[in-house]
Amino acid sequence: MRRRIISVLLENEAGALSRVVGLFAQRNYNIETLNVAPTDDETLSRLTLTTLATDEQVEQITKQLNKLIEVVKLANLTDGDHLERELMLIKLKATGPQRDEIKRTSDIFRAQVVDVTQNAYTIQLTGTSGKLDAFLRAMSDSTVLEMVRSGVSGLSRGEKVLSI
Amino acid sequence: MPARSVSEVDFIGFRIIQKFQVNKVEMLSGGDILIRSLQEEGVEHIFGYPGGAVLHIYDALFKQNRIQHILTRHEQGATHMADGYARSTGRPGVVFVTSGPGATNAITGIATAYMDSIPMVIVSGQAHTHLIGTDSFQETDMVGISRPVVKHSFLLKNAEEIPEAIKKAFYIATTGRKGPVVVDIPKDVTNPTDLFPFEYPETVSMRSYNPASKGHSGQIKKAVAMLLEAERPMIYSGGGVVQGNGSEDLTSLTRTLGFPITNTLMGLGAYPATDKQFLGMLGMHGTFEANNAMHHCDILLAIGARFDDRVTNAVSKFCPYAKIIHVDIDPASISKNVVADVPIVGPVEVVLKELCRLAEAGVAKRSEKQTAMLSEWWDQIEGWRRQDCLKIDVDEGSKVIKPQQVIEAVYKATKGEAYIASDVGQHQMFAALYYPFDQPRRWINSGGLGTMGFGLPAAMGVQTAFPDETVVCITGDGSIQMNIQELSTCAQYGLPIKIICINNRSLGMVRQWQDMQYEGRHSNSDLDSSPNFAKLVESYGHVGFSVTSIDDLDVVLEETFSLKNKLVFVDIAVDSNEHTYPMFVSPNGSMRDMWIKKGVRT
Ligand SMILES: Cc1ncc(C[n+]2csc(CCOP(=O)(O)OP(=O)(O)O)c2C)c(N)n1
Ligand SMILES: [Mg+2]
Repeated sequence: MRRRIISVLLENEAGALSRVVGLFAQRNYNIETLNVAPTDDETLSRLTLTTLATDEQVEQITKQLNKLIEVVKLANLTDGDHLERELMLIKLKATGPQRDEIKRTSDIFRAQVVDVTQNAYTIQLTGTSGKLDAFLRAMSDSTVLEMVRSGVSGLSRGEKVLSI
Repeated sequence: MPARSVSEVDFIGFRIIQKFQVNKVEMLSGGDILIRSLQEEGVEHIFGYPGGAVLHIYDALFKQNRIQHILTRHEQGATHMADGYARSTGRPGVVFVTSGPGATNAITGIATAYMDSIPMVIVSGQAHTHLIGTDSFQETDMVGISRPVVKHSFLLKNAEEIPEAIKKAFYIATTGRKGPVVVDIPKDVTNPTDLFPFEYPETVSMRSYNPASKGHSGQIKKAVAMLLEAERPMIYSGGGVVQGNGSEDLTSLTRTLGFPITNTLMGLGAYPATDKQFLGMLGMHGTFEANNAMHHCDILLAIGARFDDRVTNAVSKFCPYAKIIHVDIDPASISKNVVADVPIVGPVEVVLKELCRLAEAGVAKRSEKQTAMLSEWWDQIEGWRRQDCLKIDVDEGSKVIKPQQVIEAVYKATKGEAYIASDVGQHQMFAALYYPFDQPRRWINSGGLGTMGFGLPAAMGVQTAFPDETVVCITGDGSIQMNIQELSTCAQYGLPIKIICINNRSLGMVRQWQDMQYEGRHSNSDLDSSPNFAKLVESYGHVGFSVTSIDDLDVVLEETFSLKNKLVFVDIAVDSNEHTYPMFVSPNGSMRDMWIKKGVRT
């Protein structure tokens, strides 16, 4: 089982996303993260999902996805060199000496404090999922009030593109 | 300004009509647009059931006579009829249902078609656009509910979308790996007072849907080279060859090569079953010779088949000596359950033609050694065949009818030329094993989903398409009662189906498993209070016969098939202790591990 990043160009139509999600549920594949938004060509959405799968499973997943009528094209980004980014917004309890500590750790991770109150910091961090996980571990002494992650987005490195 | 005179208004109205005629653009309501679109697709029959959300559509249907609508007694019946129609003709079946309960009642039939890749277009009514999502009367999320069991679906939001959606629905249903497509239409979209220009598109192209049109020629060459060098070759073909119209080419390829061939339950008839090279059906209830030849072969050519668990038995023990060539239109079917050494994605008909062409050239150059090895392989196969695994055990002098004898008698009475629609259970397996089909599209059965209640309505779909042919429904006392209401539809449309009910007073297949795996504890598998079927069908205006002794079987069947214009129901009491054999030993068995008869294993 390895983590795979699958990138899908999807017709930007009502119901298309539910078919992708439904396929995963129906065929007993897992989805770790999922994100989707329209592209520069507004008739197309680009969807990125990560899943844990064996080589055989990922072959089935990509074949089954390709069978969906609204899937225009897809690529398994983890097949080659790729860039991946995830965005996290996290609201931490920040009082007393904690405030400096959180700020210092954020700087080390090149995270930004994007909102402040007397008792809380809201921090924004982008990077690989691994980097986000490491930040969370580094903050394990702080109290997380709430947090949200965007799920992974990615592109192939170099001149390889996923387009129609 | 003076008001316009009446004649002036008329004149303007006339001008407008004229203008549209010049441009050949007609103004039609959504309901009329739908019906016209279906006419443009060449639809001749629709199976359906009306209700509030489709009333506009039914009114549009009423105003024309190019399409005949068959009013069923249950929406499930309508879907199976359309399915049987499609399986027997190769043309897509069309269904109309209303929203809510109409739509949900159609689901079993849609799933049945989906599992067997049958082309169908299902038009369902939906609540008014402005009411969708409000839990309005008879609202159900049809696109959502059907999503896992359709090839694709559309929810239309305005009438102008109808022609293109219908064009796409038929295109998607009938190309690539075929399947059912749902078109969900809210009631306001078909409103008779809102008119829209109607033009039906001549062609359709979809950037995201381009099924393969031919196989990879390099792979095909490689496959032929492997086939020509095989020592113990085997051909295994499935429903894809029937649905993909590849039977003729499969037959000539098999004959050219001189190889043994087996068909799946779905693929029966793709190769003439009375031919010497045919080893019978394979799989869970396949023949001794077919399953053994599969197990021992060294090159397996799989065409339009999907290595279903009912075929392979334990996958880890499947074809241990074989290199596998797999031809299929659906790339996802290849290497899904069993890894293919030579995958070929393409329409079976096109690929088979290419295989034939290359094989013909190659066979001429086959060495003597290869010919000798092939005949040695045939000797081994003939040895398995001599086991005569389908021999019927009859007790000397007994009048009790064995279910297998019924099928043999039906075969004789119909000269092997009938369309046979089957239900699901022991009787289905007996029909598959004891009625050899020499032509494709004659054997109509729910293989993938195994839907009891499929047989009668499916037979009705076939009979609608072929009014003059002999259409038989082989059913069980359990299955027939799952859609028995359609006897009334048969009466309304004069469908002279012959229903052969193999009555073992039980859910025989369930009972068999209980005998074999639960020490004979027949938990809820006895059917004690079935009606007197012969009398029941008479009340619908049909003919009913009951048979209890083997001595009467042939005579009654002869009379049955002589009543050309009547629906005849033959209720045949059979030995209720009979089991269907051969049968895989499972779990964890290989294909050659079989029960041959009660208590006798390989
Ligand atoms: C709709 C549905 N429900 C349940 C089953 C499970 N099932 C498979 S065969 C069978 C018994 C069928 O009985 P009958 O039609 O009398 O056929 P027999 O096996 O007795 O020949 C049952 C209940 C099924 N296939 N379909
Ligand atoms: Mg029965």
